[in-house]
Amino acid sequence: MSLIQVTNVHRVYNETDIPVSALKGVNLSINEGEFTAIVGPSGSGKTTLLNIIGGLDSATDGSLEVAGKNITHLATNELIDFRLNNIGFVFQAYNLIPVLTAKENVEFIMLLQGWEKNKREQRAMQLLEEVGLKEKVNSKPSQMSGGQQQRVAVARALASHPKFVLADEPTANLDSASTNNLLDIMVELNQREQMTFVFSTHDQRVIDRARRVITLEDGQIKSDIYK
Amino acid sequence: MFYLRLAWKNIWRNKRRSFITIASILFAVFFAVFMRSMQLGMYAKMIDSVVGSYYGYIQIHSKGYWEEQSLDNTFERSAHLEKEIKTTKDVVSCVPRLEGFALLSFGEQVRGVSLTGIDPNEENNFSSLKNKITKGNYLIQEDKGVLIGEGIAEQLKLKCGDSIALISQGYHAVSAGGKYTIKGIVKLNSSRMNNSTIFMTLGSLQEFYGTGNRISALAINLKEGSNAANVMAAINPKLNVQEYEIMDWTEMLPELVQIIKADSSGGEIMVLILYMVISFGIFGTILMMIAERKYEFGILLSIGMSRLRIITVVLLESIMIALLGVGGGVLFSRPFLYYFNANPITLTGKAADTLRKFGFEPEMPTLLDFSIPLTHGSAVMMISLFLSLYSVFSILKLKPLEASKR
Ligand SMILES: Nc1ncnc2c1ncn2[C@@H]1O[C@H](COP(=O)(O)OP(=O)(O)OP(=O)(O)O)[C@@H](O)[C@H]1O
Ligand SMILES: [Mg+2]
Repeated sequence: MSLIQVTNVHRVYNETDIPVSALKGVNLSINEGEFTAIVGPSGSGKTTLLNIIGGLDSATDGSLEVAGKNITHLATNELIDFRLNNIGFVFQAYNLIPVLTAKENVEFIMLLQGWEKNKREQRAMQLLEEVGLKEKVNSKPSQMSGGQQQRVAVARALASHPKFVLADEPTANLDSASTNNLLDIMVELNQREQMTFVFSTHDQRVIDRARRVITLEDGQIKSDIYK
Repeated sequence: MFYLRLAWKNIWRNKRRSFITIASILFAVFFAVFMRSMQLGMYAKMIDSVVGSYYGYIQIHSKGYWEEQSLDNTFERSAHLEKEIKTTKDVVSCVPRLEGFALLSFGEQVRGVSLTGIDPNEENNFSSLKNKITKGNYLIQEDKGVLIGEGIAEQLKLKCGDSIALISQGYHAVSAGGKYTIKGIVKLNSSRMNNSTIFMTLGSLQEFYGTGNRISALAINLKEGSNAANVMAAINPKLNVQEYEIMDWTEMLPELVQIIKADSSGGEIMVLILYMVISFGIFGTILMMIAERKYEFGILLSIGMSRLRIITVVLLESIMIALLGVGGGVLFSRPFLYYFNANPITLTGKAADTLRKFGFEPEMPTLLDFSIPLTHGSAVMMISLFLSLYSVFSILKLKPLEASKR
């Protein structure tokens, strides 16, 4: 059974006089343990698709099932809880709470879920170690590089044991060394813990490391290749 | 607990802005508290110098006396009534007085004066008259001498030992007259009284006017902080309402109430303006804070922090900033209040003249009453909580998608 099931999803932006059709009937199924890149030219609908899968935006038409649950019609407050308990997010930049340390940022999600202190701290330390930031646990975001911040964001995304991690252009602001480093970590987590990753990117080096590449063009899937 | 810590950290992320906001609240509270303590302190002094040290907070007269203050409207003194009043809760003293007018003549000079008959001991307990003697001696019981206000003494160049003649019309229009020796000179708080009042024992004055054992008023002073209305309600059933009238000082001295009201409203307007200015300041801070952190709130909402939790943190931030400002303002004002309570500012110029004309010393000792900081502290807290409703609404309207745009 698939983890994410997108069925005939349309998204029309009616915010201007001329409606913009960002997604025009997308059908997609992603299984547990996949490492999937969504690629395509600028404006092709990558962000729109990820937002809908992540429950940050809703489809104009079509339906969406995540982990066997139809979330197409959930109310916004139900969606907040759904996101908290099922999805890990990594955004392009400024993911972290600036006044908290790396460790506190990672603990934050678990805190919202009501974990007890010891377990929180233990898991945060373990995750930060996994993303190679053992020495940075007590640093604030402003004291870390962009790549280090993104790694903290990945650690935070994983903290709550989500069903999958969504990342919209996670490497867009990183140099190639940091990009490689972040991808190493993601690939490793994917292989060792079977964590499902869905991310969008423009970067050929990132595309090269994905195991499945879905290409969007003008709001539709143009190709879907397993490597 | 975690939210408190997060809120505290958030306050200090823009140190300068929070500092300016806290400082502006601090100064607003400081000025509001200081100004009002000074004003209310002045009123308390005014009331005390007129009411507490002479009129009494409550007086009892024969019915109709206050309207027409004549000897015909006096009443027979009753030991029973006085005892009843003295045993009423919150009453600290109750003294008999007989008041009337007379012409004073000394040598070639003649002028109108008001005569007040008192019980020397009881009056001293009531209004500390003895302490106001500047020359000569205080009256003893059964004394035949008189005390005169310092103003009269200066104007007529009278001194202790001088003999003055008093002439008037007595009870039921009999003619009254007598010669009296000046035993002492008193400096009275109210300059009007200082320029017109002559004291003698109740017995002498009753004899002068031929009133027998009649008096014109019982003046009553109350325990500090007690409520005159409650005491009046307690005394009322013991009085024959056909015979007596009972009044508190606001009824007897409506002009004093008016002066205080008029002056106080000026201060209230100042405070209001002060509050408006800081409201804009606080609101500006909130606007900037929300604009700056919209993206961050979007991220928090995206990763699953509920709006309620975000609102909790933001409200805690507002409360902390307001508390720091209010607490600082109140603390900061205390030493100043104590200092100016012990060393009152003395007004000069026109304001002082006006006050003197009404018979008040132009001194402004601050009032140390905690109700003033409490009032203004909570007012500023309310304002800042009210203004943070704006952040509450902004967060309620927030969409997680804000996070993916920047
Ligand atoms: N809020 C919006 N209102 C109106 N149109 C929008 C909105 N967001 C996106 N669009 C439009 O929808 C289409 C898809 O946008 P989307 O952001 O999903 O593209 P993308 O593939 O993520 O592009 P990029 O690679 O530049 O990030 C574009 O034509 C865009 O202009
Ligand atoms: Mg995009």
